[in-house]
Amino acid sequence: MKLKPLLVLPLVSVLVLFTIFGYVLVRGIDPRAVPSALTGDSLPDFKLSNLDDGKQFITRSDIVGQPMLVNIWATWCGSCKYEHPVLNSLAATGVRIIGINYKDERNLALKWLSEYADPYEVNVFDPNGDLGFDLGVTGAPETFFVDSNGQVHYRYQGPITDTIWQTQLKAIFDEMV
Amino acid sequence: MKWFNVLFILVVLQATNVFAATEILTFDSDELRNRYTELTFQFRCPKCQNQNVADSNAPISLDIRQKTYEMLHQGYSDQEIVDFMVDRYTEFVIYKPQMSIVTIWLWIVPAVLLISGLIILLTLTRRRVSAEEATLSEDEALRLKALMEDKS
Repeated sequence: MKLKPLLVLPLVSVLVLFTIFGYVLVRGIDPRAVPSALTGDSLPDFKLSNLDDGKQFITRSDIVGQPMLVNIWATWCGSCKYEHPVLNSLAATGVRIIGINYKDERNLALKWLSEYADPYEVNVFDPNGDLGFDLGVTGAPETFFVDSNGQVHYRYQGPITDTIWQTQLKAIFDEMV
Repeated sequence: MKWFNVLFILVVLQATNVFAATEILTFDSDELRNRYTELTFQFRCPKCQNQNVADSNAPISLDIRQKTYEMLHQGYSDQEIVDFMVDRYTEFVIYKPQMSIVTIWLWIVPAVLLISGLIILLTLTRRRVSAEEATLSEDEALRLKALMEDKS
């Protein structure tokens, strides 16, 4: 039987689709991963109160200057508690961490910091999540890698663990320093 | 009232309780309400899988709804609100893609496929028609004519 090219066309197109879907399936692309609009961009401006002192305001220029991690956290967030010791040990090795207390209550947050130690150089109090919204935060914890010019290099969603820091994140941070 | 009637009413009330979890909003006009419904329906919840912002109870969806509501009442256009969300949450946050060099294919490819399908269909039918005409030789045509006349 002579093979008609036009009759083979459906088979070929199905095979092509099969290859594409198979590739995505095998590669294991995470459908939960949301790209960050801020990566490669400048940290947005803000003016919010200091967690320690409600009368003192913090702006973007107060925190930008040296490479840092900007960590979104809250006392209502379970995985933040899991992440907290890792942040403590990172701060002990000299990593500069700025905290953004996200949609939280001041007294609860201060209690948390006195109980579980405070890895943050300073904490921005963001009770309504306004700064979080401008950062494109979808939940806590989230960590932004910001260089000395205030440029965001990377955004990590979810709790940082020792393994993830050693295998992926440390290299990204060291690149900024 | 029988006990199962009471139970039935309790169950129904419980159900209304569960589904009334979204906030109650008042709009300045019906036009704003319609735009709000349409926008929140098109926004995709960044935290949940396969849910739009109007449908989701995730805190971030609540924030997006609230921001949409505020911006609508401040007089921003739909496009400005969409841009505002995309600036913060990338194209991920919209179900209806914006026209750009990357997404233009979404409009071009279906049109191209449709046209090429039509062309294939036309050529195939044309070929079949001409092929059938060619199979009838002169002798056969005469025989056919004779047969037809015989019948009548």
